[in-house]
Amino acid sequence: MLSPFNVTPDPIDATEVRAAVLAPDCGAVVVFHGTVRNKTGARSVTHLEYEAFAPMAIGEMQKIAEEMVRTHGVHRVACTHRVGRVEIGEDAMVMAVSSPHRAAALAAVADFIARLKQDVPIWKKEYFDGGAVWIGTPENPQGEGEMPAPVARERDA
Amino acid sequence: MRTATVYPPPFPGCAARLRAVNVNVRYFAGAREAAGREAESFDVEDGSDIAALLTEIVRRHPSMEALRPSLRYALGNDFAAPEAVLATGAVVALLPPVGGG
Repeated sequence: MLSPFNVTPDPIDATEVRAAVLAPDCGAVVVFHGTVRNKTGARSVTHLEYEAFAPMAIGEMQKIAEEMVRTHGVHRVACTHRVGRVEIGEDAMVMAVSSPHRAAALAAVADFIARLKQDVPIWKKEYFDGGAVWIGTPENPQGEGEMPAPVARERDA
Repeated sequence: MRTATVYPPPFPGCAARLRAVNVNVRYFAGAREAAGREAESFDVEDGSDIAALLTEIVRRHPSMEALRPSLRYALGNDFAAPEAVLATGAVVALLPPVGGG
């Protein structure tokens, strides 16, 4: 079985990520796919390119996962993130959390992603017709708001 | 640690200043593009911290200046403060704002 945290240029097999967290005493397994969407705001996106400082990224994922286990009481966390070119509709990342009960697992998924976007050394370059920009810089902030609740927003409609 | 490496020292304290530490710098994302390479090495004065190294990096790659306020740093595989002092063989990574997920 794969290690729970990976950075890979290959398409992600979500069943492997899920398998890394399964445990008989867990009644909840939440698997989240972060997929490449075809636009940011009004801009059409053609594809993304990810870059990672792999050993550090894996180490930071591990630290955040340990924190999720401590703070949310979840059983296990796994996460695999792509690097290189990723096409529209493909998974850029897949993560899974197992927990005895669902509330903790759902919360830990949201929390883990928020922390990943802050502290894991992985960079995203967004390609559109006529150019490309690194996302997360002061000029091109991450488009997604932190998520207090999954309420419908206009751009999700 | 302040052993003279040049004898006779031209004047007191000079020998220590002549000692340099060699560090490797890795660039990622926008920093890689600003440097035009993924990695390179620098000789900095003994006792230099990451902030002092950055001054040398900006001297070599002026376009790095614009990124400087938003950069974070790693020493080895861990985040490090700009005040972290460098030893020979240190690997420093320049980390622009991340954007995974």
